Amino acid sequence: MKGTVFKTIAILSTLLFIYLCDRFLDSYTLSIMNNIGIFAILALSYNLINGVTGQFSLEPNGFVAIGAYVTALFLIPADIKSDMFALVDPAETVLAMHAPFLPAIVAGGIASMFIALLLSFPVFRVRGDYLAIVTLGFGFIIRIFAINNPAYTNGAMGLNDIPDNADFLWIGSIALITFVVMLHIVYSRYGRAMKAVRDDEDAAIAMGIDTFKIKTTAFATSAFFEGLGGGLLASFLTTISPDQFTFMLTFQLLIIIVLGGLGSMSGTLLSTVLVMGSMEWLRFLDDDMVIFAMHTGAHPGMRMVVFSILLIVMMLFARRGLFGDREIMDIIGEKLGKRSGR
Amino acid sequence: MRERLLEIESVTMKFGGVTAIDALSFAIARGEIYGLIGPNGAGKTTIFNIITGNYRPTSGRVLFRGEDISGIKASEAVHRGIARTFQNIRLFKSMSVLENILIGLHEQTKYSYIEAILRLPRYFSYEKMMREKAMEILEEFAIAGFAHSNASALSYGNQRKVEIARALATNPTLLMLDEPAAGMNPIETEELSRIIRKIKEDYDLTILLIEHDMKFVNAICDRVTVLDYGEKIFDGSPADAVVDEKVISAYLGEFRNA
Repeated sequence: MKGTVFKTIAILSTLLFIYLCDRFLDSYTLSIMNNIGIFAILALSYNLINGVTGQFSLEPNGFVAIGAYVTALFLIPADIKSDMFALVDPAETVLAMHAPFLPAIVAGGIASMFIALLLSFPVFRVRGDYLAIVTLGFGFIIRIFAINNPAYTNGAMGLNDIPDNADFLWIGSIALITFVVMLHIVYSRYGRAMKAVRDDEDAAIAMGIDTFKIKTTAFATSAFFEGLGGGLLASFLTTISPDQFTFMLTFQLLIIIVLGGLGSMSGTLLSTVLVMGSMEWLRFLDDDMVIFAMHTGAHPGMRMVVFSILLIVMMLFARRGLFGDREIMDIIGEKLGKRSGR
Repeated sequence: MRERLLEIESVTMKFGGVTAIDALSFAIARGEIYGLIGPNGAGKTTIFNIITGNYRPTSGRVLFRGEDISGIKASEAVHRGIARTFQNIRLFKSMSVLENILIGLHEQTKYSYIEAILRLPRYFSYEKMMREKAMEILEEFAIAGFAHSNASALSYGNQRKVEIARALATNPTLLMLDEPAAGMNPIETEELSRIIRKIKEDYDLTILLIEHDMKFVNAICDRVTVLDYGEKIFDGSPADAVVDEKVISAYLGEFRNA
């Protein structure tokens, strides 16, 4: 019961924090925080399949793209769509799609989840690296599909004028919900079964666990939240195009979850802040700097060099990520000599 | 004869050109502790894998409670009441001892995914119930004190116990132990045979075990089957096995030397 009280207080104070940020911070800081929030949603859900369940997957860019496009098509009013689609007229279904913000992003999530379920049937029937190969290919397929079906996606030009409903209240709250949901999954029989699949699949089967079902559950859950995050991204950026959803997006998320610790949700959250934040905080390195009255000259890309070095140093000292595969609460609990036994 | 729980009916298993099991038949009665012995490569673990659904036999049938279970899904075998341990310990290493047992209780923890995510009352009641049950099982093995330690931090003997406890948690009718006493010292082995006899009574189990330690087998098994190159060469009480000429010539010399 003590845990529940603590959790309620933590959730309420986070909500208050989100509200205060949205109210008082300037738009530049807020845009960074929005970015962090969206990437937190994506990284947390990616960690469920990759870290907790241990199935090496490279899917996020595909599912984020699906979520972003579906949400965008639901949000943009029909008359703007007719004006925007330059190559061909939009398909009837595209014109008919319209929904308020929340149903629109949830639809993006459900669309991704549906595709994930279809993918899991061939992929999880066999073991090995097939998931990585299939999901990598899937990301390319989605992008090529988006480019080559202008009646649905406006082709390579992408969609713009997406209503910007996604403020920090939405993004922050959904990131919080994602975090809580992920922790609830991890600390349940499903999360334990996912970890069992990661540790030793044969032993998990010998415990009566239907590993196909568990892997599919993890994959579909990841896909849902990636789709949701994609929808938020579309509305936050107000413009999307196929080029945003390349493998680099997946790669960035992979860096985040490996740095945070595969299987650790709190680690992922912290590393999202560090990675996404330092991309911004290190921006001064790109500019002309004055060191001992000498001008260094502007070196665009310098921050990426420094960022990479920082990343390498961090991985040297924390080889299994910031928190390994454990949650911050458990680590603190153990340090205090408390046996949480959750 | 008492009710037959498990019947192996002329099971043959071939891997490519190699015949691992050749027309093997034996039956285990409910409530027995049955030993499967024989030198390395005799096909003992293969039989285990056939019974637990990991392999489908090339020919022959496996009957459990009179139903044909040859070639069923491995997780399905567990649902029907067949649990096993592995020859080389396979605990879930990133998890605590308690969590390992909770995985064994996975199928009995009956709250849905949605109930877990929304933390509905059934989640709390089942989690509490299962934790208590897991602690009970750990106490049976006298390792309740390690409940919150990481499974891989335990001594070898205790890890073996955790593995048996985890199999027991799946609520089996037939418990299959693959070399439970391997790597244990005589005192630990003594303790293990006492525990196995106790859980057999407490949980109304039938036990099938593979073992090399003849002293352990003698102390614990009601009957044994001796395998050599996939063929049965003896079937009867362990006391008779030790004096059987065929067995002596084929095996026991090896055991004594070992």
